[in-house]
This record gives sequence, structure tokens and C-alpha cells, in this order.
Amino acid sequence: MKKIFRRYGGVVVALALVAGLATAALSEEKPAPVQSQITSAATQAAPAVIPAPAATPAPEAAPAPAEPVPDPTGANTGTAADVVGATSGSPTADDLENLGKTEPLALKLADTVGHNRIAINIVWTLVAGFLVMFMQAGFAMAETGFTRAKNAGHTMAMNFMVYALGMLGYWVMGFALQMGGVGSVATLGGCTTLNHEFTISLLGHDFGLFGLKGFFLSGGTYDASVFTLFLFQMVFMDTTATIPTGAMAERWTFKSFVVYALFVSAVIYPLYANWVWGGGWLSQLGKNFGLGHGHVDFAGSSVVHLTGGVIAVAGAWVLGPRLGKFNKDGSANAIPGHHIPMAIVGCFILAFGWFGFNAGSTLAGTDLRIGVVAVNTMLASAASAFSAMMYMWFRYGKPDVSMIANGFLAGLVAITAPCAFVTAPVAVFIGAIAGLLLCVAIFFVERTLKIDDPVGAISVHGVNGAWGVLALGLFADGTYGDGLNGVPGTVKGLFYGDTSQFIAQAIGTATNIVVIFAISYVFFKVLDKVIPMRVDPELEVEGLDMAEVAVKAYPDFNIKSVH
Amino acid sequence: MKKVEAIVKPFKLDEVKEALNKLGITGMTVTEVKGFGRQKGHVELYRGAEYEVSFIPKVKIEAVVADALLTKVIEAIEEAAKTGKIGDGKIFVMPVDEVVRIRTGERGEAAV
Repeated sequence: MKKIFRRYGGVVVALALVAGLATAALSEEKPAPVQSQITSAATQAAPAVIPAPAATPAPEAAPAPAEPVPDPTGANTGTAADVVGATSGSPTADDLENLGKTEPLALKLADTVGHNRIAINIVWTLVAGFLVMFMQAGFAMAETGFTRAKNAGHTMAMNFMVYALGMLGYWVMGFALQMGGVGSVATLGGCTTLNHEFTISLLGHDFGLFGLKGFFLSGGTYDASVFTLFLFQMVFMDTTATIPTGAMAERWTFKSFVVYALFVSAVIYPLYANWVWGGGWLSQLGKNFGLGHGHVDFAGSSVVHLTGGVIAVAGAWVLGPRLGKFNKDGSANAIPGHHIPMAIVGCFILAFGWFGFNAGSTLAGTDLRIGVVAVNTMLASAASAFSAMMYMWFRYGKPDVSMIANGFLAGLVAITAPCAFVTAPVAVFIGAIAGLLLCVAIFFVERTLKIDDPVGAISVHGVNGAWGVLALGLFADGTYGDGLNGVPGTVKGLFYGDTSQFIAQAIGTATNIVVIFAISYVFFKVLDKVIPMRVDPELEVEGLDMAEVAVKAYPDFNIKSVH
Repeated sequence: MKKVEAIVKPFKLDEVKEALNKLGITGMTVTEVKGFGRQKGHVELYRGAEYEVSFIPKVKIEAVVADALLTKVIEAIEEAAKTGKIGDGKIFVMPVDEVVRIRTGERGEAAV
């Protein structure tokens, strides 16, 4: 029986998967509306330039609003309407209507200009997405370099497959849960077919919980703008998914990792991402409760990095420390990484990709704030690398390069949320604090929590993700973000006169830590019961490469004698 | 004939080689080795935590020399490999009963 399963099991599973997906993809049925007392309304949450129709839960009798038509080729995406509000001198909607009557050619040209404007945004978003995709290579190299040679094949394999598995999970349902109810993404020329958010009514307000449009990128979302949005959001999700593989490296069974990769992309990540970026309740804290602009996270200090860090805490905790990490008296041993040059190159690749991560998060090449965003991003990373270096130098006598590399990334994580909202000196300050926080957090995680995090993922992404969103709430200077999350005016932090913005940031941070930790902890506990997460101790001593992924990273070297 | 076995710091290999070449020795064998002496390795710091490096990388040089050359060879290695700090290494000397040059079948000092 077992033999038969070994021989044909893989084929059967693959065929079943293909058959299931084909059925799903070919069925052109519109998803049925949710039948429940809970209202399910079309929402419009994005900072849309074009006012979207007011969303009132339609009574049974009222005629259903016309379903938006997808635009698979993009030929009809970007029109004269997208010229409105482009600059202070560009035509208004009234101008277009009135002057267009006497100048029909101008109106047609305005249409072309609008198309080009959206085209620039889509090209920018895609190219930025390609940069973020390459961050996977950076993660793979950083994580593998900071771990031991005997597990290098396994660590690489996790970083590689998290990209593929995560993408599939996100395509099946993650994207729909996250962005299915965003309603409109004006800079990409619409995405209006993503119009179904599942909400509950509480305290007289709607709380968006998750989207319901765009499963399998089908069901009326076969649209150039939506696909662009998918690519960009997918690579962000993959960043989250790959963060815990570093904290859980060198002892995790590949089988249970596969389940994790699918679950994080399909469920854990999309939930919180919906609440902040998909029009969900955290983004509406401003509109509904007057808390600033709601929880604002420009490029994902909380959505991407804090989430990844919190999952990493839960995972590394359930998994336990590597053999030999802690002594009987609880003191920690160093387990040096085997390839520091590889790790450093990985960090550089990450920093390069980060330009796409942050500057790309305008979703608009026509939003010239990208210059400020990119410079703030690099300044913060310089400051954090410097502060981490000085901390280690003073405290331990040498500028430990592995800690400097972690510090460098910590600054990038911290500036990810506030990068669009702060001045250059503040960006440097945020980075400098991030570098110090990183060092302190690494020692806290190791010596106080006794959690073994081989690459420092929890401290880099978790701690500094939280610092990043809180820093936005402190230092946003009120020059950017007009109308964000449906709240008029620019985004101001506590030191610029809006305490409520800081409160919204704090609520978003606390929500992330509580909810993501609870879900991840339960998930890992259950997973561990079904598919044991920890490898056999003998394998762990020998190295996971041959046993887990059937390949030795360095077959020509006797790696056991080297550290 | 004697075999001289010197364990030296890896970065001293070139200097030792030059010094021995000047004396006109006809060959040597070099191996990368690890080991410890009286200090039993040392402690290093990685990410703020200490770890023991119990086997320290060294280079082992083996050369078979004629008895007449022995003292000079030992002195040359001693001089070239010395830094004066802990871990400079050791030189071992042992007798060699026979040497054969496989290609020609020569025996003894002629084969060295």
C-alpha cells in the first residue's frame, strides 16, 4: 500500500489539484452574495481621487447596482477622468464637461493623457513589484549565510518554495480575502471589480473583515489593473511568508513547512492586510471614530514586517531552540553562520529591493513623492547600520558585521511605514533608533525569552515593524496623504498636532500582535500535532540537507569538521 | 635523512617556503590542519554570545632533508615562522629509514 502511494501518490495529488483548479477557473459564475443578517456591502476605501458611489447596504427591493466590467486588455483603463486632480492646474471634472463641448479634440486628447497617466502608474507598480520579488533572493542568501553549512540546502529550499507555494495560496484565496473589497484603486485606473467586502455592524459602524472578490483571479476580476495589483500585493505577502523561515531555520520539517506556506499566504497575511490596505476596519478608524486617518502603514512595517515577526515568534517558540543553542543553566551559545559574505550580499539585495517596496507603494509613478520616499528609505538604513555598529563596538569591543547587517535591515523595516510622511532628519532618527532597538531586542529574545532565532528575524521585522508604525504616528509631518482612507487633510503625527493618529497606530500595532500571534500559535500547535514540525534529533545533528531535501549544499566539502 | 614536520600559522607559509627554497631543499608537502596547544583553543564572540574555537587552523609542512642540511632547515623555519605571540607552532624532527624516487628507482639521499 505504502509502495503504491509512494509510486503514484504524487501523480494523483497533482492530477486532483489540476482538476480542481480547472473547474474553479472555468466556472464563470458570479460569487453568490453572502446570505446572513450581517450586512455585506460594497465598500470604497482607497484614497480615491474619483468619488466612488456612496455605499449603503442595498435593501432587498432596490435594484442591484450595475456590476463593474473588467478590462482584460487594459485598453479602456485610464480615461479623461484620470486627468482630474493630477496637478493643481489640470482640468476639473466641470472643465472637461463644459469645455469639452466646444473642444472635442481636447477631450479626446485628455482621454489619451489619462490613459498614459495610468500606464505610467501601472508600469511603475509592476517594475517596483519585480524589485520586491527579487528580495526573495536577498532573504534566501541572508538566511542561509547566517545558518550552518550542513543545513544550507534546506534553508535555501524553504526560501525558494515559499515563493511558489505562497503565490499559489495567495492566488487561490489570499488575494480575494485581502483586496476583494477594496472598491477602487484610483492610481491603477480602477480595480472597481474588487467590490465585495464582508463586514459586520458594530457600534453603529461597519467593520470590514475580509474581501470576497477575486478568488483564482477569476469571477469578474480578469482585469489588467487587478492583475497589476495582484502582482504587487503578492510579492509583499511573500516577504511576510519568508520572514519566519529564518527564525525557524535548521530544525523544521519540510512537510510541515509546506502547509505553513500555503496557510500564511491564504489566510493569516490577507486578514490583517485587508484591515489596513483592503478597506477593512483598521483603515476606517479615522472615518468611523475620528482617529487620524485610521491605521496608516505606507508600505508595510505592520502589514508585512510586524506580521512576519509575530508569526516568527509563535513558530520559533512552538518549534523550540536548536540543539546546543542553550546550556542547562539557560545561557546561550553562539552558533555562527557559515557564510557571512553571502549574508551580506543578501542584505544588499534586500536594500535594493526595498526601493521597490517603499517607493512602489505609491502605486503611482506620477506621484512624485517617490523621490522623498526613496531617499528617506536609504537614509534610515544608513543610520541604523551606523547605530548598530556603534552599539556593538562599545558594548562588545568589535563592530560585529552580522549585527550591522541586521541593523541595516532594521532601519529599512522601521522606515517602511513612515517613509512617505517624514522629513529627512526624522528618517535618520527613526533609523538610528531602529539600529539600537535591533541590538537590544536580539539579546532580549535570546537571553530573556530564550527563543532561538538564528537570523534575528523577530528583532529585525517584529520589533522594528512595530517601531515603524508607531514612529509614523509620532512624526508624520502633515505634507502628504491628503484624503487618505477617506479622511480629509494630510497625515499628522503626535508631534505635529494629531494625537489621534498615534492612537490609531497603537491600536493597529496591538491588534496585529494579539490577533496574528493567536492565530499563528494555534495554527502551529495544531500543525505540530498533525505533521510534527521538529526534525529527529539525529538528523538535526547530521544536518537536514540529505534527509529533508535530498541534496547537500556543498557535497565536495567535509562540512562537519568545520563549524 | 630526517623528516622535518613544522606546524605553523597559515599566513606564514609563504615566508617559510621562501626560506627553505633559499637553502636548496628539493621538495615539501603542505597540509591544512586544525588543532590546539596549551591554550586549548580560544573563545570568540558572535552576535554578543561567546563560543569556543577549540581547533585552530594551521598549516603543516613536511620536508625530508639530508642530515647535513637539518640544522639550517630548522633554523630557517624557526626564523620565518616566528611572530613571538602564542600560537606560532612547533617543529618536529624524526628519522627517515628509506626514500624511493618512484620514477627512477633511486634510493636513499639521492632520491630526496
